[in-house]
Amino acid sequence: MSDLETFRAETAAWLEANCPPEMREPMTGEEDAVWGGRNPTYKPGQKEWLDIMAAKGWTVPDWPKEYGGGGLSREETKILGQEMARLKCRSPLSSFGIWMLGPALLHFGTEAQKKHFLPPIARGEIRWCQGYSEPGSGSDLASLQTSAIDKGDHFLVNGQKIWTSYADKADWIFCLTRTDKNEKHKGITFMLFDMARKGVTTKPIELISGASAFCETFFDDVKVPKEYGEGVSSVVYEVNKGWDVAKYLLGHERSMISDQGGSTGGSLGAKFADQIGRDTMGRLDDPMLRAELADMDIELLAFRAMAERFGDTFKAGLCHPAQPNMMKYAGTEINKRRHELIMAAGGSDVLEWESDASNGGMTARSWLRTKANSIEGGTSEVMLNVISKQILRLPGA
Amino acid sequence: MPLYLNEDQQMLHDSAAEFMKGEAPVSHLREFRDKKCKDGFSHALWKQFAQMGFTGILIGEDEGGLGLGHVEAGVVLEEIGRNLTPSPFLTTAVAGVEALNAGGKALRDKYFPGIIAGETVLALAIDENSKHRPDQISMAATREGNGFKLDGKKQFVVQGGSADMLIVAARTSGAAGDDKGLTLFAVDANAAGVSRDSARLVDSAMAAHVQFDGVTVDADAVIGEVDDGDTVLRRLLNAGRSGAAAETLGVGAGAMDITVDYVKGRSQFGALIGSFQALQHRIAHLYSEMEIARATVLKAQQMLDEGSSKADLMVSVAKAKAGKATALSVKEGVQMHGGVGMTDEYDIGLYMKRDRALQEFMGDVNYHTNLVAEMHGY
Repeated sequence: MSDLETFRAETAAWLEANCPPEMREPMTGEEDAVWGGRNPTYKPGQKEWLDIMAAKGWTVPDWPKEYGGGGLSREETKILGQEMARLKCRSPLSSFGIWMLGPALLHFGTEAQKKHFLPPIARGEIRWCQGYSEPGSGSDLASLQTSAIDKGDHFLVNGQKIWTSYADKADWIFCLTRTDKNEKHKGITFMLFDMARKGVTTKPIELISGASAFCETFFDDVKVPKEYGEGVSSVVYEVNKGWDVAKYLLGHERSMISDQGGSTGGSLGAKFADQIGRDTMGRLDDPMLRAELADMDIELLAFRAMAERFGDTFKAGLCHPAQPNMMKYAGTEINKRRHELIMAAGGSDVLEWESDASNGGMTARSWLRTKANSIEGGTSEVMLNVISKQILRLPGA
Repeated sequence: MPLYLNEDQQMLHDSAAEFMKGEAPVSHLREFRDKKCKDGFSHALWKQFAQMGFTGILIGEDEGGLGLGHVEAGVVLEEIGRNLTPSPFLTTAVAGVEALNAGGKALRDKYFPGIIAGETVLALAIDENSKHRPDQISMAATREGNGFKLDGKKQFVVQGGSADMLIVAARTSGAAGDDKGLTLFAVDANAAGVSRDSARLVDSAMAAHVQFDGVTVDADAVIGEVDDGDTVLRRLLNAGRSGAAAETLGVGAGAMDITVDYVKGRSQFGALIGSFQALQHRIAHLYSEMEIARATVLKAQQMLDEGSSKADLMVSVAKAKAGKATALSVKEGVQMHGGVGMTDEYDIGLYMKRDRALQEFMGDVNYHTNLVAEMHGY
């Protein structure tokens, strides 16, 4: 047996032995995700699963061991993911610290910052949120105005962020601030601070789909220390070089969001044929809807192949650095189309907004929520601009 | 298996790309079109294909071929598509060889040496109407003596006029629509009772209407088993469809590349038209569609090579997705070229023509979309 086959067998055996039975049940909704943090809420099995996975470093299998990771190779990480999927083990931890801040710190952070911030992320002890967008700075993110003024041993932060996911539940924030008003991209700083600091307030945002994780976040004379203990700067990379970190992170975010299309389940056709009716040949007896559903099957299977190819080429360093933008664009657009189709096929049943039968309008709320897919994390139009400029090298774009 | 070309496949790609671009670029297609060549392709080029090893790509090494798979066949086909190279490669070396691979040794021994040498050309006599409906084949093959007698007609037999052998799907039992009862035959194209009426197609390829009037064949002309032609036909169609998808992909990619080049050079209103966002977003969308089509085609080819039970589904997805993306590519290409896109002088229109023919070959987008619904049980 090769080393990788041995690893696969051992991993499967370990998962079988250690994953609590509740954590092998399919997730039923967002409330089944484990976010950790200072004020966590756990359902049975969740804490146990998080702790045992964290002890092995497998909440972040490919991070180095000294920062709380599993130190696994690319191939081993892929195998762990495959075995978890095969055995239906849930992800032990959902975390912006893992998905976003971690990669940025691993790339740009100092040794002291990595040692200070990464292990609590890996263990799910500190929950992070991302302070990027502002009311006046959406697609043109680099126009952001939240100011951080150098006051010697600290920065004084004032301003407002918007679309801060789970800001009301997060412990710390990684935040873009303006440290030079005379520059645009070169006047931005990427800084880290505690949401419990005086002057930080949050307010949830209600969406067209109803309650949401999004918040407005206000900073009113927030004092952000320059250091958290010796050598642990609150600024990642350098003052006025935050845009480099932000760009790097946006790439990660886009490739993460782009996975949506690849994981949105299987064919809808048979389910709706059972629901709506079949002709004597066994076909869904609404031919136009049937054609649309089949077209969606093709688009989904095609995008799933694309997601696999993107993952493989990304890991092998073979894909264009701007390719995550294409994935984000295509993945979110297909997800929106899929939910349009679910609404069309569901008919009047799925119009119900407040009823037990509709589980509180879940189908309609999900449909509306997907409209944000192509806005958040960079709009489809911005993605197309990036493809034009960076991949196709079109002029003057 | 990662979803990108391995080192050997990449080398094959490089040599196929260099070969097509050097020996059979778009100007080669124009040359054969303009001299109204009755074959629609160059026999000398087919010999060169043989020297490159391409004609034996799907033939086992023990039988003198390269012993490679659908991924490799697709690599060559994409370059054929990109250069609009006229050749019998798809029908002979891919779909035809794959049908023979599903049959007995005697037929392979009879035809493979000529294919490997670039001397033999095969054509596929499957379609009986203007739309591809292999489940509705009704042409009759009745038992007579030691063999069979074929009566009926076929159309869209690409390169049928210059073929040495026709692979013919006919009914030995049952009726149109039945799963069983088909049989595939290897029929000498010059046999008594075979009449071929060739027409030049929109893409300058030649395709024949073939009439079979009491054509007698021996039992050893049967490819595979009598009444179980469906097994052979499935392999033939999977190879042909995934191959056509790969060629389509090349057509779409080639069209996109020349369009991108064009908008980078053409100025109006004092600016390069490629700087206009109205065009940029459409081209960027096209890029995205072509990338997805590429992943889909490669996935289908890998699944065929692995013998996956879900390969049929992915082949239909690939034919449909490559068809949709490439149709977009050639339509946007002509539009973005503006007036010159309508002229014969520019190549973009030739890409549109080839795409149209490939769309119909072995099932168009609608046909495969319907199959996908059926395979999903609705």
